[in-house]
Amino acid sequence: MVALMTEPAATEASSLRVRGASKYFPAVNGAAVGALALDKVSLFVSAGELVSVVGPSGCGKSTLLRLIAGLILPSDGEVLVGDEPIIAPSAERGLVFQDPNLFPWLTVRRNIEAGLVARGVLKQERAQVDEFMRLVGLEGFADAFPHHLSGGMAQRVALARAMINHPKVLLLDEPLGALDAFTRMRMQDEVLRLWRAHRTTMLLVTHDIDEAIYMSDRIVIMTPRPGRIEQIIPIKMDRPRDRSSPDFLRLRGDILETMHFAGRSLAGNGV
Amino acid sequence: MNTSVEELQPQTTIASAAQRPGAETVFAALPVVKTRPQTLLAVPVGACIALAIHFFIPKQEPVAPTHYYPLLLFVMLGFGLLGAALYPFSDGLRKRMRHMCPVLGVATMTAGIWELVTSCLGLLPLPYFPGPEGVFGSMVSDYKLLFDSTWHSLVLLVTGYFIGVLIALVTGVTIGWFPHARYWGIPLLKVVGPIPATAWIPLAMVLAPSALFSAVGLISLAVWFPVTMLTASGISSTRASYLDVARTLGANRFYLVFRVAIPAAMPNIFIGLFMGLGTSFLTLVVAENVGVKSGLGWYVSWAQGWAEYGKVYGALIIMAAFFSTIMTVLFKVRDRVLVWQKGVIKW
Repeated sequence: MVALMTEPAATEASSLRVRGASKYFPAVNGAAVGALALDKVSLFVSAGELVSVVGPSGCGKSTLLRLIAGLILPSDGEVLVGDEPIIAPSAERGLVFQDPNLFPWLTVRRNIEAGLVARGVLKQERAQVDEFMRLVGLEGFADAFPHHLSGGMAQRVALARAMINHPKVLLLDEPLGALDAFTRMRMQDEVLRLWRAHRTTMLLVTHDIDEAIYMSDRIVIMTPRPGRIEQIIPIKMDRPRDRSSPDFLRLRGDILETMHFAGRSLAGNGV
Repeated sequence: MNTSVEELQPQTTIASAAQRPGAETVFAALPVVKTRPQTLLAVPVGACIALAIHFFIPKQEPVAPTHYYPLLLFVMLGFGLLGAALYPFSDGLRKRMRHMCPVLGVATMTAGIWELVTSCLGLLPLPYFPGPEGVFGSMVSDYKLLFDSTWHSLVLLVTGYFIGVLIALVTGVTIGWFPHARYWGIPLLKVVGPIPATAWIPLAMVLAPSALFSAVGLISLAVWFPVTMLTASGISSTRASYLDVARTLGANRFYLVFRVAIPAAMPNIFIGLFMGLGTSFLTLVVAENVGVKSGLGWYVSWAQGWAEYGKVYGALIIMAAFFSTIMTVLFKVRDRVLVWQKGVIKW
């Protein structure tokens, strides 16, 4: 419930509110008991904010994202965008996975168009396709098929494909996890550029603490079994952030400590 | 040194030459087009050998009244010489000739050996194994009926195949997409599907109003099973994350089925289409034998009834060309539809 303290009285249309959400997966063949993936998680992300979620595997990060996307429904509690409860997936909430999941049978251009086609607005908004291809620097690859693209390029297409719908919330599930260190750092700047240009509310799941500190306004630290929010850390540094500045490194140390000694350092950090 | 490599792997060499500017200038400096003599000589030499066998080795059987076989050999010789003469001038022709000449040359020579074994030496019993003149002669003299038979086979095959594929796509997508349809459909498929379509012939003859109708039905059935099976498995194994992504892009059910699941299943569907084509050839020939009184299958058994084995082999040659052409057409369609897999699949 700590997170609710930062919540403003008036809700903006593209703010995101998770209120006491739990997700229980019943036992499947073999397992004796089901798993409580999320245990009464509450989180408020204000419009245009970029929040990272970090935590060890099994802490329910991806479950949280799938809940917000509407791909699964909470066992308990609710998830709202603005004032509307989420009951099904929609183009309002874009989702980018670690695997770009580009449709391999479509060219780069057609992949980026996919959201417009799905919503039946391709004719009216065709101009956007070129704009987004330019925005992610893929003009020269319009007719290439996904298996010809490098990992970074494919992920840029995936970003453009999600952004072309102008979602209120963009959910990023370890989107840069599969990229090499240099491509990843370049892509972090790309995502930030998109975020600044469109002021989309972004929720970024990552296992890279540097990435979380470099990019986000706040970092949500989660603990596993059952998945809970342990701590939320605001990052006050100006962007672009210096990855080797003393502030950056100190923050990094703090977060690492929190995660290593999970459960002990809760009291002193003034969340 | 470059020659042999160029001959064996023309594409690789061209690609690597384009990458290395140094190599390119070497090629440009050579005005003469290098080539192996085999490429130029294969067809003319093959044709000359076959002609020599035809004209100079005495025959055991009475000389045929027609001369279509030597005419064909002369045509081959002419084309071979023409190709050799034009070889230096066209790049496209060179590529084609490198690819085709050895095969054509050996094929021509094989015709000569065939004549040697049959007409000249009489090693194989007549009338079951006629010489080349017997086959080509009867093909030419009976061209009207052969053409007519081929046409009827084509119409029957295409009609049956398309009806079968159409129904199979509907049932396959339904079974693959809807869990209820899968529950009821899969057992039915597993029980009924493996029965060869030709085994239904007795039933088809009773039920269908005409032989043609039953033949179309049988061919459709033969195609239906593999295409349905592969389509259903392709649809149901669509990667869940493609569907998740599509949902978060605002996709409705129509989009999920027609723009995600079906394209994702396309490689599987094409495997089904190829399997179905194979079984449809078989069913076509059998169906033409039992009920339908036209088509290549009927022609073969009819000619056999008259012990005209020249016509039997002629019809088999046409059948081979006919079926492999249809197969090639399907491959071309596959290459177009699955262009996005280029470099991924190897069949």
